[in-house]
Order: sequence, then C-alpha cells, then structure tokens
Amino acid sequence: MKRHDVIVIGAGHNGLANAAFLAKSGLKVLVLEANPYIGGATVSRELYPHWTYSNCSYVCGLLRPEIYRSLELARHGLQIVPYGGGVTFTRDGDILGGYLDKEVKRREIARHSPRDADAYMRYSRDVMRQCRLIRTLLMRTPPDPSSLKWRDIREMIHLGGEFAKLGEAGIHDTMRFYMLSIADYLNEYFESDLVKATFAGSGIIGTALGVQSPGTAYVLLHHYMGDVDGQMGAWGFARGGMGAVSKALAAALQAHGGEIKVGAGVERVLVRRGRACGVALANGDEHRAHVIVSNVDPKRTFLKLFDASDLQPEVLRLARNFKIRGSSGKLNIALDGLPDFPALGAGNPLISGDMHFLDSLERYERAYDDWKNGTWSKDPYLDLLIPSVTDPSMAPPGKHMMSVFVQYVPPLVHGREWTDADREAFKQTVFDQIARYSPNFRSLVLHAEVRTPRELEAEVGLTEGNIFQGELTFDQLFFNRPFPGYAQYRGPVRGLYMCGSGTHPGGGVMAAPGANAAREILHDLRRESTVPEGWSDD
Amino acid sequence: MTERLPVVIIGAGHNGLVCAAYLARAGRRVLVLEAGTRIGGAAITREFALGYKVSAVAHLLHLLDPTIARELALAGHGLSYAKTALRTVALSMQGEPLIISGSEILGNGISAADRSAFGLYHARMQKFSRFIARQHGRVPPRLAFSSWRDALPAAALGVDLRRLGKRGMREFLRVATMNIYDVLEDTFENPLLKGALALDGVLGAKLGPRSGNTVYGALYRNSGSLDGQGGVLALPRGGMGAVSDALASAARAAGVEIRCGSTVSQVIVKDGRATGVRLKQGTDIGAECVVSNADPRTTLLQLLGARHLEAEFARRVQHLRIAGNAAKLHLALRAEPEFRGVRPDQLGERLLIAPDMAYVESAFNPAKYGEFSAQPVFEITLPSLHDPSLAPAGQHVLSAIVQYAPYDLKGGWARCKSAFLSAIMAVLEQYAPGIGGLVLHTELLTPEDLEQQFHMAGGHWHHGELALDQFMMLRPVPGAAQYAMPVDGLYLCGAGCHPGGGVMGSAGRNAARVILGKR
Amino acid sequence: MQAREHFRRAVCETPFHARTSALNQLNLWHRWRDHSVADAYFDVGMEYNAIRNSCAVFDLSPMTKHLITGPDALAYMNRLVTRDVAKIKPGRVGYCLWCDDAGQVVDDGTIFHLREGVYRLCSQERQLDWLLCSALGFDVKVVEETNEVAGLAVQGPTSCAVLKRFGLAGIETMTPFGLRTYPFENTELMVSRTGYTGDLGYELWINPDQALRLWDRLFTSGHDHGIRAIGTLALEMSRVEAGFIQAGVDFLPADRAVRVDRTRSPFELDLGRLVDFGKPNFTGRRALWAEKQRGSRYRLVRLDVEGNKPAKDAYIYDPQRKNIGVVTSSMWSPAAKASIALASVQMPWGKSGEELFAEIFYQKELKWNRFMARCRVIDTAFYDPARRRLTPAPDL
Repeated sequence: MKRHDVIVIGAGHNGLANAAFLAKSGLKVLVLEANPYIGGATVSRELYPHWTYSNCSYVCGLLRPEIYRSLELARHGLQIVPYGGGVTFTRDGDILGGYLDKEVKRREIARHSPRDADAYMRYSRDVMRQCRLIRTLLMRTPPDPSSLKWRDIREMIHLGGEFAKLGEAGIHDTMRFYMLSIADYLNEYFESDLVKATFAGSGIIGTALGVQSPGTAYVLLHHYMGDVDGQMGAWGFARGGMGAVSKALAAALQAHGGEIKVGAGVERVLVRRGRACGVALANGDEHRAHVIVSNVDPKRTFLKLFDASDLQPEVLRLARNFKIRGSSGKLNIALDGLPDFPALGAGNPLISGDMHFLDSLERYERAYDDWKNGTWSKDPYLDLLIPSVTDPSMAPPGKHMMSVFVQYVPPLVHGREWTDADREAFKQTVFDQIARYSPNFRSLVLHAEVRTPRELEAEVGLTEGNIFQGELTFDQLFFNRPFPGYAQYRGPVRGLYMCGSGTHPGGGVMAAPGANAAREILHDLRRESTVPEGWSDD
Repeated sequence: MTERLPVVIIGAGHNGLVCAAYLARAGRRVLVLEAGTRIGGAAITREFALGYKVSAVAHLLHLLDPTIARELALAGHGLSYAKTALRTVALSMQGEPLIISGSEILGNGISAADRSAFGLYHARMQKFSRFIARQHGRVPPRLAFSSWRDALPAAALGVDLRRLGKRGMREFLRVATMNIYDVLEDTFENPLLKGALALDGVLGAKLGPRSGNTVYGALYRNSGSLDGQGGVLALPRGGMGAVSDALASAARAAGVEIRCGSTVSQVIVKDGRATGVRLKQGTDIGAECVVSNADPRTTLLQLLGARHLEAEFARRVQHLRIAGNAAKLHLALRAEPEFRGVRPDQLGERLLIAPDMAYVESAFNPAKYGEFSAQPVFEITLPSLHDPSLAPAGQHVLSAIVQYAPYDLKGGWARCKSAFLSAIMAVLEQYAPGIGGLVLHTELLTPEDLEQQFHMAGGHWHHGELALDQFMMLRPVPGAAQYAMPVDGLYLCGAGCHPGGGVMGSAGRNAARVILGKR
Repeated sequence: MQAREHFRRAVCETPFHARTSALNQLNLWHRWRDHSVADAYFDVGMEYNAIRNSCAVFDLSPMTKHLITGPDALAYMNRLVTRDVAKIKPGRVGYCLWCDDAGQVVDDGTIFHLREGVYRLCSQERQLDWLLCSALGFDVKVVEETNEVAGLAVQGPTSCAVLKRFGLAGIETMTPFGLRTYPFENTELMVSRTGYTGDLGYELWINPDQALRLWDRLFTSGHDHGIRAIGTLALEMSRVEAGFIQAGVDFLPADRAVRVDRTRSPFELDLGRLVDFGKPNFTGRRALWAEKQRGSRYRLVRLDVEGNKPAKDAYIYDPQRKNIGVVTSSMWSPAAKASIALASVQMPWGKSGEELFAEIFYQKELKWNRFMARCRVIDTAFYDPARRRLTPAPDL
C-alpha cells in the first residue's frame, strides 16, 4: 500500500491540470488512469500508420490562457494554432463563408441578406456582452445561493456587481439569453434561414437538445467564450493533435514532482468513518491519500466508484437524475489526398475551417427529432475539419486527416445496444452527407474510425458518451453543476473532490474545472493557492 | 370646473374589468370600451349553436386570484360554481383511466412507488407553485436601483426564495428551468400518469414535454387556489361568462361605465402622452389615462403605433413570441358520450388525452414545422353535466382544448381546418367510440379564429408565450413589465403582462395599483 | 467571376482607384471598411496645405449611404434622428445624430434632402440594421446605396473657383449646407456645400460609371488653382482643427458598444443643439429628457494645450491632479499654431475658459519625457475661416 497526499482518478485534461496545480503547491500527487495512455478525451492516437487522430476532442479554443501560462504549457511543448473560419454548404450548391477577414465575411453574408450583414454586428456585440459576463465566472467557484456563509455571500455580491455593470437592459437581455432557444435568439437578429443555420450549430454541439429547445442559446455561448490570443470566440488546433494538450499538462505535473500511473483503473473509492481515504484498483492494489479527486463524470463517480452505502440517498438520487446524454458521434478519417469541395472553389481558405452542411433551422430540428426517436440523424449535422491543412504534423505530406463531429447520435439505437450493422449504416449516412458536397471524398478514404457514444463511453469512460460530462442546461450549470449544494468541487464525502467537466464551468478542453477544484482543495488544506485568477477584460 | 376625464380601458376582458373595478373603487371615473357586443373577452360563455352554450375560450377556472374574488365580492355579484375540485381523468386506450385527485392518484395498475412518489411530487410542486403565486399579486421588481426603496421588490423576491428553505430553494433553482419530461421520468413509472402531468406543462404553449421551461408551465398552471386549496379546477355556473358577468357587475357597482360595440382604432398621443382614444366610428374620447386590456403587440404596434415608441423597444415588441398553438373544440352532443373505461360519474371531470409523454412529444413535433398534430392532445370537459343550463335537457356540450395547432400553419387554416377537424375526431373516436354519431353541431376555433374573434394577436390565449424569457420583469418586454408603457398615460393590464394568462385578474389588479400610485 | 469568388480580393477599389493609385507616389493606403483609400499621396503637410490654401480633393466614395423614400419618409427621419428634419428643406443638407433608446449616440451623419420626401443619409458606420429596425410601423423604403454613388470632397479656398471653371454656373451663390444638381455627361452631378475640413468646400456625388470623367475634368479645371489629391491623414488634421468629431474615435457608436458604460449622449458630445424636444417622438427622447433634468456624466471639450507637443491619448487632470478624462483627438495645428485637442471629461469639469492639465508623453530622439501641460477649454473651433460661411463664396 502506497501513500500520497492526493490521488486524482483519471488523467483527462482536467485531472492533469488539477494534479499539476496541487503538485505545484508541493503536495505529493498521484494520477491514476485506467487506459494505457493519458488524456481521457484529449488524445492524439495513431490508429493508421503515420496519421494522427484527435479522435475525441478535436479543436482547442476554450483552454484558459491563465492556466496555459501558469503551468508553462508552452515550455512543455504545447502550441495552439488558430485556424481559418468556417463555411456552410447549401443544397443548391452555394456557400455561406465565415471568412476570417471581417469585411469579406460581411460581404459574404450580404450576398445572402444585406440586412443580416449589418445585423451580424449587433449579434456579435450582444454575444460578446454575454461572453464577457461569463468569462469573469470561469476561474471562480460558484456561490451557493442558499448558503449564508461569508464566502458565498461575498461571491453572490461579486456576481451581483458583475450583473449590475450590465445595466438593467443588459440584465434583462442576459436573463432572456439564458432562457431562449438558439432558434428564437437568432430570429431576433437575422432574416436569412441560411445565416441562422450557420450560427445555430454552436447552440447544439454536444447537447441533446434541438435548435428550438429553450436553453440552447447558452450552449452557443459555451462555444464562443474561448479565445486564441485575445481573439474572442476563435478556435485553434493543438499542434500534433489534442494529445499535445494532455502531454503538456502531464509534463507540467511531472515537472512539479507529480506521478502518473496508466493502466490503473480505479474500482472503488475507499471510505472510512465518512471520509474518503483511498482507492482500490481493479488489480487489487490499494492507494491511500487524504484527498481523493475524481475527474470521472458525476454519474460514474457516485454510482460506480462508490459503495451506495457510503453515500446519502439524496446524493444517489441527484446522481441518478444527472443528465448526461449521448448525442454525438465522430468519424476520424485518413485520406489519400485533399478532397474537393466544388462549391468552395479552388484555393478557398475555408478549406482549413469548419465545414457545415445544414442550411436551414428545420433540418437541424429534424435531425434532433431523429435522435428523440432513438436513431442517428438521417440528415446529420457535421462539424467537419481537415486539421492537416493547418497542422502538417497530422498526416504525411500530401495526405490528409479529416475529423468529422456528428450530431445527433443516440447512446442506444431504439433502446438497444449498437450493432456492427448500425455502425456501418451510421458511417454510410455520414459518408453520404459528405459526398453530397465532395464527389471525390469516398475514393480518398484510407481508413475511417467510427465512434458512437458507445465507443466513447467504453474507451474514455464518459457515461452515455456525453462529451461535456453532463448536459449544459441551466439545471446543471453554475451553482447547479453537477448538483445543487455540491457545486464547489467538494463531494458529499469528506476528502472527496470533483474536478471534471461535470463541474463548473463545464465541458470543452478548458481545464478551468480542474484548476478551480485545485484552488478549493488548497483552501481546505490551508495552503496558498497556486491557481491563477482570471484575467480582466477591461 | 371641468369634469375630470375618465380612465379609458380598452377591452372588457376579465383583466380589464378587474382593473376598472379597482380604479373606480379608488374614486376614478372609469370608462370601459369593448369592441365586441358583449363583455368578457376570452372569458365568455357563447352559444355556438342554437341552444348549446360553452365557455368559448378559457373553459376551466383555476387561477382566479382569491384576493380579487374577496375584495370585489364576486360571490355577491353572482359568481357561483357548478362544480369545484374537478379531478383529472387521464384516458387510456388500454382500459381503465387513471384519476388524479388532489395529492392522490386512483386507478388500477399504479405501483406503490408511484403512489408515494406522487404525494411527494405533489407537495413539492404545490410549494413551488405557492412561491410563484406569491409573485402574481406583485408588480415585478425593477433590476436597476437608484434608491433602496427601488430595491425592495427585488429583495422581497429573494426573501420568498429563502422561505422555501435551503433544500427547497436549491431544488427550485434546479428544476425551475427544466423540462417536465426529465422531472417526470426521474420520478414516476406509469406512462399514463407521466403523460397527464406532462400535459400541464405544455398546455397552451409551443413546447413539448422535452422542451425546457415546461416545469415552469406546470407550476404556473397549478399556482391558483380556491378556498385555500391549491391547484383546484372549477367550473363556474353559467360558464366562464359568469366570471366576467360578476366582474362587470362589481365594476358597475363601483361606478364603472362599460360600452360594448365600441372598437378603439387608435390611442391618441399628444406631446408624448396618451390623451385619449379614437373609435372606429371616428369619435374621439379624451382620457386621464388609457389602459389597454388588449395584447401588448396589438396595443403597442397597432393602436398606439411604433412611431410613438423608441426603436429598440418597438423591436422587442415585434419579437414577442405570441403565436398560439392551441385550438378550441366545441361539440353539441345529442346524448352523453361514453369514454373508454370511464364510469358515468367520472365523465364530468377533466378528461385528458395524453396517454404517455412520447405521444405528447410526437403531437408537438409537427408544430415546430408549422404543421398541426396528426394525433393531437386534448383537455376535455363536459360542463353541461354539471350545469344543465348550457344545453337542452338530456343533451350535452363538450369543450376541449386541442393542440398543437400552430397559428402560422403551412398552407393556411382556411385550407387545412377541415383536415385538422378530421384528425381530432378520429382521435376522439378512439377514446370515445361512437361519439361522432352523437355530434349535432361542431365548432373548431383555430388560433386564427381566436385572433379574429377575440382580438388576440397570434390567437394566443395567454397574450404571448408563457415561458421564462417572457415572464415577470420580462413580460411583456423588458422596460414595460411594470404595467406603465414608455408613453406617459398608457398602461397595459392584460394577460400579456405579469403574471400572464388564465382567468386570474392579477394583471388587472396590479395595473390598477400602479395607476393609483401604489406599489 | 461568380459572386461567391469575391473573397479572392479582400479589399475593393473605389470608382476613382485608377486615378488615385496613379497619383499615390507613397503607395500608402488605408482600409476604409471595404475599400482602399489613400492615406497620403506625396506629403501629408503639403496635402494639408492644399485644404487650407488651395483646393484639395478627397475620395469619399466608401462613405456609407442610405436612400430613404416613401410616404412616411419625413416622419421616419424625424423619429430616427434627434433634430427636427422638417426644417431641412428639399435641396438642403443637415448634420444630425441618432441615438438608441438609452439616448446614447449610435452615429452621426448628414441628411441630404434630395427631393420632397426623398432623403439620403450619409454616415461613418453601416446602419442598415438600425435603419430597418427603426422603420417598423413606417411606410418607407430604406436601401443601402454606398456602392451606387461615388463621392469626392473638393475643399479649400479655391474650391469654388475650380468648380466654376469646371462649369458649375452659379455655384458661388450656394449657401453652406446647400444642395444642387447639374447635368454632367448624360448623368446628374450632385453638389453639396458640405465637408469635413471646416473650410470652404463642396462634395460632389456621381454615378460610379462617370467617376473617372469627373475626376479628369475636375483636375483639368483645377490645374491653375492648385488642385491636389489628398489622403486621410491630411483630412484628419483639418477635421480636428475644425473641432468635428469622428465615430469610433471621439465616441463609441452605441450599437457597437460591448461595455455599456462607454457610450456618450449628444449632450456629452457637446451636440445638445442637435436635440430638439419640441418635435415629435424620436428614439432616445425619454432618456435624453431625463438626462437634461438630471445632468450629463461627461462633456466633450476643445482644449488649447500649452506648448508645442501634441497631447496624444493624454489623461486630463483637474487642478488637484485628479484624473477627470482623456484626450480623444489631438494634433499640432498648423493653422492655429497651437497644440489642440478634443477631450472627454467628467462633469462638471470642462466649462468654457476652465484650466485643466494634460499629461503628455513625448520623445525626442528616443528619450521620453512627461509633462503636465496646462490646457484651456475654448468654446470656438480652433480654426474657423470666414470663407467657410460666406455666400457668395469667395472666388480666388
């Protein structure tokens, strides 16, 4: 039996960030990872010789720059390369290009609606206002509004102050923003269905909701609140694939003396006299520590890693009711060359951007209806990227790597497990969607990895294959994430903490949950915080 | 000395009448102008076929503010009930229906787990509904304070929230924005029970059980109380028109003058102030102030005109989500119909066709694309069972809310109405075999009909979606939620304001308080 | 080229580009939204002097223009802007501001009353969304026509003479803010006595197809009157001297403001004279009325700064050395021979004649110095030649 100060269960990016900040404070930290490799859903894998697959998360825009800098991730080899824009293809062979240059982008929108081209300015302003508000909350612990503790009251006052800065009209807009569906929100700005469809995607990625479901306007924000070098809302690639992020975090951890053990799946959190005191591994080994931190999603943490008798029934109820739905899948495709997208025209820079194929809100909503009916969308939403256009390290010269995020994909097909035939049919659905816009695409495919929620759960451990470790709806956000009363990273058992995306501020390769959890742990241990404060935008 | 000009109230709907009564009781001269030939707005009893009367829009009374009933002595003005504490009967194709009566559920095939869960669920929802009900009687708080006095209403809201207790508050803040589907799935097993409870969350809204905000819808619906009992459904004797009649009587007794057949075509604005109204016939009526019981869009964009508003405010009004999704079905029946598994003594309850949540969700799906439900959901009452005055002896009227029927139907209602009616009757026939043969007269009011006949833009009986983006200080639009409009001397008092639709009267009472300078 | 191929050229050329690029010896260009315009052609100082001494020509084609027509055009314009548009008769131009509901300035611009009930609104920022949003409830048509109208500013003491030589008979009788049309090469040339230089000057508006002919004839006509093409740098100097404000520089357009407290009302820009409470309802009226009762937060002031160092981005202090504002535009004025600045200061500071301090950083041969310069608040333009207002216009 070995002793550490802290054991972190799971070497996902949040677990690693959490461990790194704790190790930086001088604690003896051990990270236990079930897989033979680290990273969780932030990985680079070579599934086809010489091709790098970011086979889960695939872009990086939310990673907090405060953390990046504080853990010296650049020194540990991380490099984020911004990529260029995005495009929506229409069924009639046209496009709406989200060019990087803002005048070109404006002209492009004006081609479809002159009014919308101007309204886009208003839309950007309003979304940016919301981004600014939420960004002040990312590197903070949510207050418990039902608590009368000074820390919570102080935090509520801070929150009230941030709201007050918006002015009364701004507060109203914010309240509406959190309650509206992305479709209704976009209707207040735009007239062109294509323009709306172009912006709607960010409202549903990773979410088991349709564009008409209230609450999806917030999800959009979740995809806009990041930045690359101060360019708010920008996205980039981690050079060398997403694994580069976990590799750098691990290097930072190790530089501070932390240990990582792979192939060490935790089977149970050991509880003695109401206190988490260690973990038992699948192979029978036991590790002891005063602090146990779970990077595993809340549902799995409380329903699988704990003996039910160690938890209060209320916690079990909250965990069972936690919404963590599989709604997306992924195809990772090695290509023999760069596919043609005739609608783009040769030399269009958008080949390096996000490509989307739903040109109306109705198609989005119908895609969601398929999911509700227990099957994958027959006309799916794709977020297609060819990272090798930007990052030459992803594939051999002249060859390409394609990453296709697919929505909606159910965790079960009509209530039963996925079969091989289902997976094949699902793959063909996605191939058809791409081939409709890229005639030579199929002929270039060398290898395709098909990932349904099932694979994501089996491999990464995310319940139902939910990429955010829990739905991003208001009942599971901020002081409700993961559960009301447990939103401050402390678990229901003393000595247990949570640091995954299931905690505030939620999913995406942001590392803020891990960092925030570290701050709370250090606070409880009466140690000076090693976690940076959020940077001001004023 | 010139006589003081009257307060002119546009529309003799129940909120307009409530507002009028309170203003008159405070000594104001009040003139109510009603476009229709009779008072009542959407709380009206109407003869849809010779000898057959129904409550034409709202058909169940469940939200009427007891304070108003008491203060205006509505019982003394003739309001009585043909039936109170209606139970809910969830119809099933398979056999015996499930009955919800207060905190109990009755019927076979209900697990012990569901029974006990329902008790807890009911108690919790009642608690949250009471919290919501407490806000109904208040003017929504402002969120920018220049003095601590301004902050009081917001503070009162915070205090109410705290009064839910630590656990209650946490749970409320979790479920308030949720969808009812998840809450019910987490709580119950029985599909029929879940279907019936889900319907409460979506009735009248463009939302399915899986849409967020539907828990709020259910809480809102159950936020009324009668004789100290929460969430009670009642049938006024003589139909909903009786409520309006009592209100009108109370108003007249207080000195209010009500003129029917007076259609206001315009609010007159002079030097940035509403100074009166112009009637369709051309006459102008000067007013101390103008109060509109019409929906916010009609009031602000049609009667007033966007030019008297500022640009951003007008845009907000234009973007109000105000398209209705509920239709109203009225049948004159030659005899008592028979519903599957429903005993004759249960027939007079509130009957629901919402057999499970998937059914309700599937009914909702087409509405998203501007199509009506091929298999609609129903809330049915047979009021003549309790109130023989509504139909000839031995015969009956059936009144049902049927949805989803989107206002802006693809293809238009003129062309598709008969197809929708066929779909409705087909479903009804399944649950009440033979009912088609009993039908003597039929009336189907689509949102388009409701718009035309009841002057509600979008045909939305709540004067705008009741959802969290349009509630409290956001209702109807930010900057106008305290009943006073941004044009001096113009007020709103209808369901388009806080707290919203349902025959409740709180909006009218709150508006009167604002006009009288009380908070 | 298919319409969607526009991305291959990020920046567009104005209708005068063939001429402006030929003259641009410095190859200095500036991106004015969608278009390239010259920053300077040969020497900024010389170009500036063309404005004050002879005749300067500036390509203002990228200026945003909207055409407003329809039965409600006047009512619409009056609801949009803060001044009374009914007072701008056909054939007249008026400077105006428009605000959001909170009474914060969205943009400033000029209204050209082309014909009875037909207006052109010229502005710095694109406004189609705002103009269409404001059109709710009005029977009007609003069309953006930025690329349908090419424009040249012809400014300076000899500008009237040049235009006379050009053949615009009677041009000298046009009063400031007047507007006339002349036939030109089978099309119509519109001339307004307007400008952004604070000097005698005109603006010429024409169908883009005729733009190059206009340019050529203008330069031929002006050859003996010292005509010069000038870039934005010289124009900027003259507008600061004239005390004109610029969107995005001296105020933040309210419809672009992410931080809500960064915007300004007309009163706070010293443009209260453009707010008319006597006319019918307009957007921002309630808030502005309240502001008038309550008082404003800021004041835009003109500062005469001691010494010869421009007060670039300087903080402004009260005599107790408390920071009370910041300079928004500043320069050494060759015409006034003074360091001048526009600054936004907190109320109640900035009364006429008040003495304030500007914290100026400047460097000579890489050595940085800081000094607190005395500034005096003045209530007239820094440079305001009589010829600007004279009618008939001086014909030098």
